[in-house]
Amino acid sequence: MQVNIMKNWQIEKRGSVSKLMQFVVPLLSLLLGLIFAGIFFMLTGKNPVTVYTLLFQGAFGSTYGLSETVVKAIPLILAALAVSLAFRMQLWNIGAEGQFYMGAFGATWIALSFPQWPAYLLLPAMFVTGFLFGGIWGLIPAIPRAYFKVNETISTLLMNYIAILWVDYLVFGPWKDPHGYNFPNTAPFSPNAILPAFGRTRIHWGLIIGLVIAVIFYIILKYTKWGYEIRVCGESPKAAAYAGMNFVRNILLVMFISGGIAGIAGMTEVSAITQRLQQGVSPGYGFTAIIVAWLARLNPWAIIAVSFLLGGLLVGGFSIQTSGFPAATVSMLQGAILFFVLGGEILGQYRLTRKGKE
Amino acid sequence: MQDSIIVAVLATGIVAGTPLLFASLGELLSERAGVMNLGVEGMMLIGAVTGFAVDVYTQNIWAGILAAMLAGGLMALIHAFLSITLKANQVVSGLALTIFGTGLSAYLGKPLIGVPAPVTFKVVAIPGLSEIPWLGTILFSHDVLVYISYGLVALIWFVLYRTKTGLILRSVGENPAAADAAGINVFRVRYLAVVLGGMLSGAAGAYLSLAYAPSWLENMTAGRGWIALALVIFAMWNPLRALAGAYVFGSIDALGFHMQTLGVVIPSFFLKMLPYLFTFIILIVLTRETKNRRVATPEALGVSYSREDR
Repeated sequence: MQVNIMKNWQIEKRGSVSKLMQFVVPLLSLLLGLIFAGIFFMLTGKNPVTVYTLLFQGAFGSTYGLSETVVKAIPLILAALAVSLAFRMQLWNIGAEGQFYMGAFGATWIALSFPQWPAYLLLPAMFVTGFLFGGIWGLIPAIPRAYFKVNETISTLLMNYIAILWVDYLVFGPWKDPHGYNFPNTAPFSPNAILPAFGRTRIHWGLIIGLVIAVIFYIILKYTKWGYEIRVCGESPKAAAYAGMNFVRNILLVMFISGGIAGIAGMTEVSAITQRLQQGVSPGYGFTAIIVAWLARLNPWAIIAVSFLLGGLLVGGFSIQTSGFPAATVSMLQGAILFFVLGGEILGQYRLTRKGKE
Repeated sequence: MQDSIIVAVLATGIVAGTPLLFASLGELLSERAGVMNLGVEGMMLIGAVTGFAVDVYTQNIWAGILAAMLAGGLMALIHAFLSITLKANQVVSGLALTIFGTGLSAYLGKPLIGVPAPVTFKVVAIPGLSEIPWLGTILFSHDVLVYISYGLVALIWFVLYRTKTGLILRSVGENPAAADAAGINVFRVRYLAVVLGGMLSGAAGAYLSLAYAPSWLENMTAGRGWIALALVIFAMWNPLRALAGAYVFGSIDALGFHMQTLGVVIPSFFLKMLPYLFTFIILIVLTRETKNRRVATPEALGVSYSREDR
């Protein structure tokens, strides 16, 4: 088994992927991605070492930075778990961003409609509505996918833009806070609608929710018949059909749950962090989640670790913003890292040998 | 509706459709060779910022366009290397390209925000043709790049369906193993198609920053790259249908713009939703339709080719 890439070298498939490589390759990809982006910093006359020091210090260099990194990791954990479930079935749910927005919208609707409800009633109601609204947003593209094989990559993506514009409409229009000095956001939530935080940090109960969902995912995927079905449907729809598995039902269910969990991410974010619905409530968590899921190879535990790393990147990105970098610089880093993760996969599975050696 | 407004909407629709047309023609070439590139949005943004920067720096608009194409081509080369040589997942690789391009363009473009473009593409009415009532205004009173796009559609159509090169390109996207057996270098053809596609996406971006809204703004493509991707499906991988589709989408865009003059009050957010909504519906209708016909999707789209699997 060989592929020609250069004259005297060939790529050979490894028998199995070693444990060490599984760990080393992602870390190496991360490093190479940072170096690659560093070249662009250098070309524009910035010292990459300075940039990365600033970034690292902002994210991990203080208690405040660390706690903010966890705060950013929470929506990433939830959204990445959401997309990873769909990815397992080879369903390209690129719509977590929109599902996040719809979840935030649903939760806000309840929070603004019943502000007087006690917290033990209001918060669960917001949670359920957030899940439902996100889930429905995931279900809409799933229906044509399941019945007519309509490409879900594109359709979930289109749904993102519709959801974001819908929230924009609300916060600029009917839901705009009349006492909000013309800012595009709703009135602040009543104290009953606010998800509690731990101590004096902003780390909130969303973290626990994320961890619980990770455990549930692990158990479902590893030990249940349904988890097995998801894997088979993903790897070979034909085999799944042959084995009598209901492919259509699984697509609908998986996309509904996937969207729902992304919706929960939106609910926890508006309830705990922004404490109102506002324009741009997600700075692209849904897209970053795709990178997280891929870096973590869809493993729920790895998703938690990678979310923490990329959360740090977001916080660090905020701290370099004060030195004149646009916020989107972080996207550049994320994209660069992802390039090397993709390239690195081949290193895990193949090795480079000189021709005619054996 | 008054005639003059219909003419105005259609004329604006062509201009708004032109960046979509360039980008979708590029993606069409890439997909015809079997490679799906979800990086269109990122390549457009890089094209837009490069074209604009070079225009500011050299005061030469053509240098701007060429640089934009070069930058788009280089971006596509990353995708080609990852997905063709390293056989990485095309969906994720394309997404990476978009994420990277969004960030890099914002980073590079930061000093260019608010800078006026020194040279921009101006409307050149074609003598004679532009005086035809209605059609003259709609089709022949635009900038040079619009006319170039007309020619490009004809060229790509001709190459695809009437030349050996086109046959090779299509065979690589339909059945790479058979093409390989016939002595065609599948990898080279795919590389060329992807890079050429990237160059057209780069040009699409430069159209935005040098002709459509001559300026640089962070994330100024505003999802047009994704619409271009949907448009390729709408067009069933046919350049002539891509032209029609681009103008329909452009006209929807333009309609929102002219709606206010008609006194129709719809919040702009809903008008901005229309292209996405419309694309989604079209996607469903067309996929259902093409199921019953044999045409459409290149057979090997999205699948990496390995010789040993032959």
